[in-house]
Order: sequence, then structure tokens, then C-alpha cells
Amino acid sequence: MNAWLIRGARVLGADPTDITIEDGLITELAPAGRATKVAGQVIDADGLIALPGLVDLHTHLREPGREDAETVASGTAAAALGGYTVVHAMANTDPVADTAGVVEQVWRLGREAGYADVQPVGAVTAGLKGTQLAELGAMAESAAQVRMFSDDGQCVSDATLMRRALEYVKAFDGVIAQHAQEPRLTQGAQLNEGEMSARLGLTGWPAVAEEAIVARDCLLADHVGAALHICHVSTAGSVEIIRWAKSKGWRVTAEVTPHHLLLTDQLAAGYDPVYKVNPPLRTAADVAALREGLADGTIDCVATDHAPHPAESKETEWSIAAFGMTGLETALRAVHEAMVTTGLIDWAELADRMSRRPAAIGRLARTHGRPLAAGEPASLVLYDQAPVTAVDPAAHASRSRNTPFAGIKLPGQVIATFLRGTPTVLQGRLCR
Amino acid sequence: MNRHLISAADLSLADAISILDTAEELARLAERPIPKLPTLRGRTVVNLFYEDSTRTRISFEAAAKRLSADVINFSAKGSSVAKGESLKDTALTLQAMGADAVVIRHNASGAPHRLAEWVRGSVVNAGDGTHEHPTQALLDAFTMRRRLGRLSGLRVTIVGDILHSRVARSNVWLLHTLGAQVTLVAPPTLLPVAIGTWPCAVSYDFSSVLPASDVVMMLRVQHERMAQAYFPSVREYSRRYGLDGDRMALLPPHAIVMHPGPMNRGVEITADVADSARSTIVEQVANGVAVRMAVLYLLLGGGPGGPGMAGGPAGQAAMPEPAGVAL
Amino acid sequence: MLGADEIRRALSRIGHEILERTDGGTDVVLLGIPTRGVPLASRLAARLAQTEGIEVPAGSLDITLYRDDLRLRPARALGHTEVPDCGVDGKVVILVDDVLYSGRTVRAALDALGDLGRPRAVQLAVLVDRGHRELPIRADYVGKNLPTSKREAVKVLLAETDGLDSVLLQVRPEAGQ
Ligand SMILES: [Zn+2]
Repeated sequence: MNAWLIRGARVLGADPTDITIEDGLITELAPAGRATKVAGQVIDADGLIALPGLVDLHTHLREPGREDAETVASGTAAAALGGYTVVHAMANTDPVADTAGVVEQVWRLGREAGYADVQPVGAVTAGLKGTQLAELGAMAESAAQVRMFSDDGQCVSDATLMRRALEYVKAFDGVIAQHAQEPRLTQGAQLNEGEMSARLGLTGWPAVAEEAIVARDCLLADHVGAALHICHVSTAGSVEIIRWAKSKGWRVTAEVTPHHLLLTDQLAAGYDPVYKVNPPLRTAADVAALREGLADGTIDCVATDHAPHPAESKETEWSIAAFGMTGLETALRAVHEAMVTTGLIDWAELADRMSRRPAAIGRLARTHGRPLAAGEPASLVLYDQAPVTAVDPAAHASRSRNTPFAGIKLPGQVIATFLRGTPTVLQGRLCR
Repeated sequence: MNRHLISAADLSLADAISILDTAEELARLAERPIPKLPTLRGRTVVNLFYEDSTRTRISFEAAAKRLSADVINFSAKGSSVAKGESLKDTALTLQAMGADAVVIRHNASGAPHRLAEWVRGSVVNAGDGTHEHPTQALLDAFTMRRRLGRLSGLRVTIVGDILHSRVARSNVWLLHTLGAQVTLVAPPTLLPVAIGTWPCAVSYDFSSVLPASDVVMMLRVQHERMAQAYFPSVREYSRRYGLDGDRMALLPPHAIVMHPGPMNRGVEITADVADSARSTIVEQVANGVAVRMAVLYLLLGGGPGGPGMAGGPAGQAAMPEPAGVAL
Repeated sequence: MLGADEIRRALSRIGHEILERTDGGTDVVLLGIPTRGVPLASRLAARLAQTEGIEVPAGSLDITLYRDDLRLRPARALGHTEVPDCGVDGKVVILVDDVLYSGRTVRAALDALGDLGRPRAVQLAVLVDRGHRELPIRADYVGKNLPTSKREAVKVLLAETDGLDSVLLQVRPEAGQ
């Protein structure tokens, strides 16, 4: 029997509790020292916070196609080290995950890796080309049971195509996750359009290019009564539009990345492309609005947009460097810093934004993002909030090193991650 | 002086004045029977040009050679960065060759910043994308000072495609540092949206600012901007923002007309203006050599324990918490 | 070591010697080496004009770009070179400096002068010769020979640059202190 006793963990930051895990399930929660079942291995979790296993709605695992940047195995290892128990693998692989065959391949690779569950996201349009719907129904019916579809990396910019996609996936309770970027307004765009882009001579990426699509798609979602998810919201204006759409009762959800909660376009001053990301880092005012939106629930969840790239894609001039940042291994610490340290949310709310709500949006609420309670799957994280250390990319399990937090001091450390009762991380290190 | 000259915005007033004063002395030496100086003997200057710009390259080459530096021209044009050798690998090659300075012209904004991280020598920005062209701004300031006797309080009007102009950016920062008052004139489409954060005034009405201008600097406007809907037609652009004889007549008698070249005669400037006595366009070219000599001398003419134009490239995120981390 | 009167007398004596040894100042051009050689050259010219009624052109010759020790220090600001209208070709150029020490400044000045033209002869006038030559160079006119140790520093102050005329001998602090 696979059994664990976690002693004295503070569940969602509350009083110290003993957690008993047996055969993949939580079988008992008892005040510290009062566990009735004493079996299996014991973990001293005194002072640690217990959170439900984190759920990422937005991960680029790069396999198949760019195994030099990441594989399903290395990406899920990074996920486990970051406290994640499931990641949604974005469709912009090579080949594109636009058929039942490819999504099943990714799903199987994830099952073999075992560090975290992998839930494939299907492409909305064939080849991400934005012209023709991919076989959404076939992907939904495949073993991978795809429910979230996204052309992420590309915006589904054609309004009619977007409308059809939203409508079509209603048949199987699907959701379209939109990468909101009006393409004509962002031709050659490099950096948030504002003071920094003007000074640095980098082509501006206006906030309106995101907000115009967010607004359009909210209206479309209402019109056809479908579910829309907005990827990586990055501007104050988008937050406002989503708040308005939600006030109407429309089926709109949204995510924000850890880097957009913590970093601004000022970092581009030295032209280091490690800070080049899509959507771009914005201003301090946007960061404040995003934090507020996440705190009040306008933005439902945090998603990493973990986008690994090999060194040569970043050791270049800014304008030819790849967009994207790694995030899985720093997300919890970054959100801790941006949201909890600042007092905007507590640990229970963090669990809501990083586990329960993303699981619901990903249509995984039966297996992930569950409460920490007896009878529930034992997918959880033990987190030490005390240490403050500089992020060291060399220590990351991801194959790529393009973290914007390199050298920056962040609080916290993931001590252990359990996936359905099996530890994937213990003592801060990957198991097996 | 800093170890590099990457941005005019990095120059302090003292740095800028020191470059102009040094250039002044060097310009006078150029009139001697033997204009060559032994100062940089044994130093190697690499001209690393990713963009065709014969005039700028020749100007830097002449400057380096007059100071007796060894000059290596490394034309990377055509070796489009995407397929050819990466900038980093090129930098490591130059490093191995012992380049004391690399003069870089590149179509990507910020390329000199990147280069400065990979080479040990000094990096001189000879124009990067739509970012800066600091030696152009220095030679413009030098030309203004020679013609008008001062820079402080000078009213300088810069006209044209500000959005895409590295010359305009460098001039705005440098002239601001030197105490001049800059007014930018352009169609609103060709101004950055954040123009309000720059230390200058903005006008859409060219004629109205001319009577109060000591200097008018015309920027080259590229035809392809029309296709991108920045303005409707060359004719309309010339009518609203071009400098012709009638407009020039609105200038005060002492005012000068500048152009960084190459000119589009008949577009932003008419031939009679370009060839008039007010025009400094030919002087600008000559002054370019003296200013670039000054820059090379101040960067390379000393030894370690060096001068200190204030540290590394601007904006290098200082640990532990760089600007832009909202902690 | 020297006060204003002694400096005046020294320059006066140099002036006389120049006349004696240049056929009454014929074809002489005085070139001061910045910083303090420049006012010394103009004082000499003024003295010759006042006391002897002889007009000797004076200018300045910056040697910074010819120094052999450029790499030992950060880039230095350039001094001013001002050659009198008559030029230097065929002239007797007298280089004027405040202190003669290693001789390296004079070596650089000779190089700089060579790029300006071809004088008939070059001579050297210094206010103070403190010895310790490192090159085969000697002065033709010396205001005062001042035996010094290498640990000492000779500082010439002039009214034009420093507000008063004086020559000071200072002991340099030991390295490392
Ligand atoms: Zn995206």
C-alpha cells in the first residue's frame, strides 16, 4: 500500500493539519498530532503550506518538433518542481496538434512521463493557419478528450471563423482560448507601445491590439452563447472589458501570466530578449490592474505561458529573438510575490486561482483542482513560504533557460508535489 | 566618457562638451600638411556594417586612419542575421582578433547593446535600426556650434519621420542635454505615441515654427511609408512638411538648414534650399570625420582605469532588482 | 622654491640669451607647450617686445596626441595648438615649457612639430630643469636648475592659470599610503 502521513501542514495557510494519503486518495485530515491512522512514510511539514496541485492552462511543451527546447518529459518535470499536477499542452507543435492523432500522441507521452498529467489543447484552425476549422470534434472524441482549443501563438483574427469555432464547440462543452492579438495592428511589433518602445526604437505593440480582439470576442461569445477563454491578459483595458462582459453574465474566462503580474517593459532597456514575450511586458499601471483583476476574480486564473526556447533563439538582436519565457518552475513563487506578499489574496484564493478555477476552465474539475479533503485525489503541493532566494536558471529541469527571473530574488520553495498520492517532488527535488 | 558610445542619451553634458571640444581641436589639425596623428598606433578598429552606408563607414574609416589605428572593414551585409553567422559568433570572432573598438551599423535597434555584452573592446553605435545614431547627432551639434556659436538656448526644429528616425532620437537627447530647445514637426502618424514623454515640443504646423527656429533639420522620408499609410502621397507630404524656398524665407536671417543625408531632393527638401548658403549639408560631412576622431580618441586614447562615461550600456538591469520588476 | 620676482628675472635672462643665440631673434617662433608653457611663451614674447622692441610670434603646441604614455591614464582632454600665421617652415622654433623632467614631453613635442612643418632649428626653453632625464634631451635655455629627488614633485604656478606666480617643491606621498 502506498501511504503517506504529512504532519503539520497548514492547509491553504490555515492551522497545522495532519494529512493522510492512502492509495492515491486523501483519507484523513486531522488537527496536527491527531492523525488516527499511522501508516506509511511520514513527512514533517511543520510550517509548510499545503495547496491543491496546481493546474496550468497554458504550457508550451514543444514536443513534437522542438525537442531541443523542451520535451514532454522535461516540461512535466519542470511542472512538478513548480507544484503543478497537470498542464495543458498548447497546440503549436510541429506537427500542429490539430488532429486526433497528434493530440493522442501528446497525451500518451504525458502519461508515460508521469511527473504531471498532460491535457492536450487542440488547434482551432488547421495548421494554425486561421483559414479552416481543425477537426475539433475528432479531437474531442479522441482518447485525449480535448475540450480546450486554441491557435495560441496566433490569433484567430477572422471574426467569422472565430464565431464558428465558438459555436461549434458548444456541442461538446468545449471552450475556445483566444490569443488576443489583432495582427494588422501588431505587424513587426516588438514591445509594448509607449514610452519605452518610443525611446528604444522598437516597433510598438499597442494595448488596443489586444483589447480590440478581447472586446470583439466577448461580444461574439455572448451572441452565440458560447464559452470564451482569454489567454494571457496583459493590459488594464482588457481587464476592464472582461469585467464588463462578466457583469453581463457572459461565459467569459481569463488568465494572466506570472510575468505580467510582476514585470514591466522597463526591463527592455538593455535589449535583452529574455524579456521579449508575446503579449509584451506592459507598464506598471497594467501590472496593477492585472493584480487587481486577479484579486477580484475578473481574471479567473494564473497560467504560465511557459515558452521554452534554446539559448541561440535568445542570444541575438532583440528583433529576431523568439518571443516567450519559461514559467513553470517560478510561477508559484512569482504569484506569491505579486499577490500574497502584497496582501491582495490569501493562500486559499491563490489555490482558487492556480488550481480550482483553471481546472474548471480546462474541463478537468472532476480530477484536478479538487479541495484538500478526505476522499479527494491526493494531488497537492507542500510549499515553504519562508526562504527568499535568487532564481537560478541552471537549476531548472526545463531544457531551456529563458526565465526573466534569473538572478531576481523571489520568495518560497516547492518542497513536495504529489500526483494522485505519488510524490513527483520530495525535499525540493524531482523523484525517480 | 563611458567605455562605449551607444546612445546619445547616455552622454552627460560634460561628456558631450568634451567630445565637441576635442573635435574642435582635431578639426583644426586636419588643416595641417600632415593630418595624420600617431595617437592610436597599434589599436584596431573594426567597422562592422550590417547595413549599406558607405558614407558613414568611410567617415569612421577616415577618422580611425587619421589617428593611425588599424582598420578592418567587416561587411556583414547580405549575411542576413537569420541565416548567416549570429551577431554573437561574429562578436566572439572580433574579440579573438583583438578589436579595441567595434563600430557597428545594424538594422536592429539595440544590436550595439547586445554586442557590448559579447566583446571586451569599445562599441560605437554607427546607427542601430530606429533607435539611435549618436555620432550623427554629435556632428550635427558640432556643426550648429560652429555656425551659430552656441548650443544652449538654440531653437532647433527637426522635421520628418521622427518615428523611424535614429537621427531624430539621438538629436533630441543630445540637444536636450546641451541646453537647446527642440521642436519636432511631423504628421502625427510619424511621431511615437509617447512623444509627450520626450524633452521637446511638437508641432504639426511647419510654417508656424520657422520664424522662431535657429536651425531646421530635415529628415529623409522614405517612399515606402506611403504604402504603409503614414501619409497619403509624396506630393501632400512635400506640401505640408517639405522645405522649399518660400518656407525657408520664413526663417530668421541667421538660421541654418541641416540634413543628415542622403537627401530626397524634391521630397523633404528642394534643390534650391539644399544648395543655399544656409545649408550646412557639405560641412556636416566634413565635421563628421572630426567628431568621429574625437569619439575614437576619447574611447581608445586612454588606458585602463579608464575614463568612465558612466558604466555599461544604458538600462543594464542592476541586480538584484532591475527597473521593471514591480515588487 | 621660486617667487614671482625670481620667475620674472629668470624669464628676462632667458629672453636675453635667446637674442644672443638667435641673431637678435631673427626667424624665431615661440611655441608654448600646454598648459603652463603657453603663458610662459607669451610672457617671453611680451618681454622681448617691451624691453628690446623685437616682435617674436608666439603660439602653442599641444602634444597630447603624441604622448607615449596615453595608455597609462584615461583619455586626456586636448590642449590647444595655435601656430602663428608665419608658420614654422624655415623658422627657429623655440619650445617653451615649465618643467623639464624625463624629456618625454619634449620628445612628443618634436614629433608634433614635425607634423606641422620643417623648422630650420628647434630649441628648448624651460623655467625649471629638475633633472632625471629618460631621453637624450637637454634644454637650450634654463631659468633655474633645481636638483630634486624622484619622490619630489615640482609644481609651477602662474598667474594666468593659477592666480599667482610660484614654483613649489612637494614631497609626493609614498605609494600605498
Ligand atoms: Zn499566446
